[in-house]
Amino acid sequence: MLESEQFDIILDHYDQPRNHGHLEDPDYSFEEGNPVCGDIIRFDINTNDNRITKVNFSGEGCVISQATGSMLSELIKDKTLDEVRELDANDIFSVLGIRLSPIRYKCALLSLKVIKAALFDIKEWPEVPGE
Amino acid sequence: MKKFKVTEIRNDFPILNKYINGSRIVYLDNAATTQRPHSVINSVKEFSEETNSNIHRGVHTLSYEATKLYEDAHKKVSKFIGADSWQEIIFTRNATEAINLVAYGWGLHNLKSGDEILLTITEHHSNIVPWQMLRDIKGIKLKFLDVDDEGNLRLEQLDDLLTSRTRLVCVNHISNVLGTVNQVETIIKSAREKGALVLIDGSQSVPHYPVDVKKIDCDFLAASGHKMLGPFGIGFLYGKREILENMEPFNYGGDMIETVTKEKSTWNELPWKFEAGTPNVSGGIGLGAAVDYLNKIGMKEITAYEDELTRYASEKLYELPFIKVYGKGAGQKIGVFSFNFEGIHPHDVAWILDENGIAVRSGHHCAQPLMNRLGIKNAVRASFYLYNTKEEIDKLAETLGKVKKVFKR
Repeated sequence: MLESEQFDIILDHYDQPRNHGHLEDPDYSFEEGNPVCGDIIRFDINTNDNRITKVNFSGEGCVISQATGSMLSELIKDKTLDEVRELDANDIFSVLGIRLSPIRYKCALLSLKVIKAALFDIKEWPEVPGE
Repeated sequence: MKKFKVTEIRNDFPILNKYINGSRIVYLDNAATTQRPHSVINSVKEFSEETNSNIHRGVHTLSYEATKLYEDAHKKVSKFIGADSWQEIIFTRNATEAINLVAYGWGLHNLKSGDEILLTITEHHSNIVPWQMLRDIKGIKLKFLDVDDEGNLRLEQLDDLLTSRTRLVCVNHISNVLGTVNQVETIIKSAREKGALVLIDGSQSVPHYPVDVKKIDCDFLAASGHKMLGPFGIGFLYGKREILENMEPFNYGGDMIETVTKEKSTWNELPWKFEAGTPNVSGGIGLGAAVDYLNKIGMKEITAYEDELTRYASEKLYELPFIKVYGKGAGQKIGVFSFNFEGIHPHDVAWILDENGIAVRSGHHCAQPLMNRLGIKNAVRASFYLYNTKEEIDKLAETLGKVKKVFKR
């Protein structure tokens, strides 16, 4: 699992995060940490006509939290707000593509939580089916 | 000298047979909490099955038996740390509550604006936050003794930091991050010259080390049962009798009173004055059983074995070029090793270790001021106890090599 091609992709996102930094004049911006482990993620988003045109993320923390930030920044770019609203925990797990133990769920879901807080003011953790 | 046989000791701890992610567990999170031997587990079970009753208020047989067991547990703890009397042992939920008891029962009623409390930068949050509460209520001043890069307290600062306004010195006996055994005797001697009281946080020392409160001459000692093979939810405060007698209660209510009228109440004798409400009776009995177990193995033997493990772990871990271990230069140290990997977050290190069945802690270890002092936000911590083995240390070192490989560092 950890010596797979998929983990190499995750590591690559961690070492060379895409869309990393802050936007100068974001329409939406939100930052949150997970106090349990200290991971921090911030997303800055610009939209035009209900579609995401620019997205930047920043933060610090473990490989799962930061790589997910990078991967999600790619995923949501050019999507409509309605499409982003529909994203759920399973979408994140399939983007990551490796088996995660429940201990790591929050690391993986922090970015989606931050994005939904920024865009829709939704403050709850994304639900994990069966948890 | 008793013969220390770790294989026999391991048989006493059922959880050590557990498999985590396909590997037999290597439990190296002992500074957070320790595992329980059969005798502790059974003492709590037997109490529920045979003796369960509320203490003190009953004339019936069960209540008498429960009361005796609970008092006996105080006596065991008292003897274990060399106190004069079992009445100097107050059972609390944990060391944190024991420290709060001193903050509320002594600090709130004895400190005046401008008084000072001396702490060290290496304290656990439990020995910082209660004093910040007092600072804000009473207008006192908190001062911090620094630690050097090697992990030793900078005792040369004592002369400057201790003043005629210093009323209390609070220091950990052993750091929960660095494992450094602090020279509390030196600190206590200096504090005495200024007339200050001394509280020792014994959370990491009492489980690993023969601690004698008379010999070190502290005024208070706090510790947690669950860090010394006992159950959760039970800890204790030792205090010198004359100080405890002059202190105000911490919690108020049942069991801590002598008489109650509509107008006023008078307080029960020690230690009950500080144990308001129905206490954690089964937890106290479990703690007594943990003390029995440690005595049966022998604290000197435990310390000698752990010293051997610590030396072995130092040799193994200090030679790994890809990790930075903190507090390597500690004059005397127990088996607590905090470290970081270049370019890998501590949580990721702990994650890969867990994938291989090794339980370590990662985070700030409730010691953020020390983390700041070390210039880090968090670290990985491996901490040992009497049931750990050299083979487990080998596995830790080997798996750290795997972590490096997984992260291509």
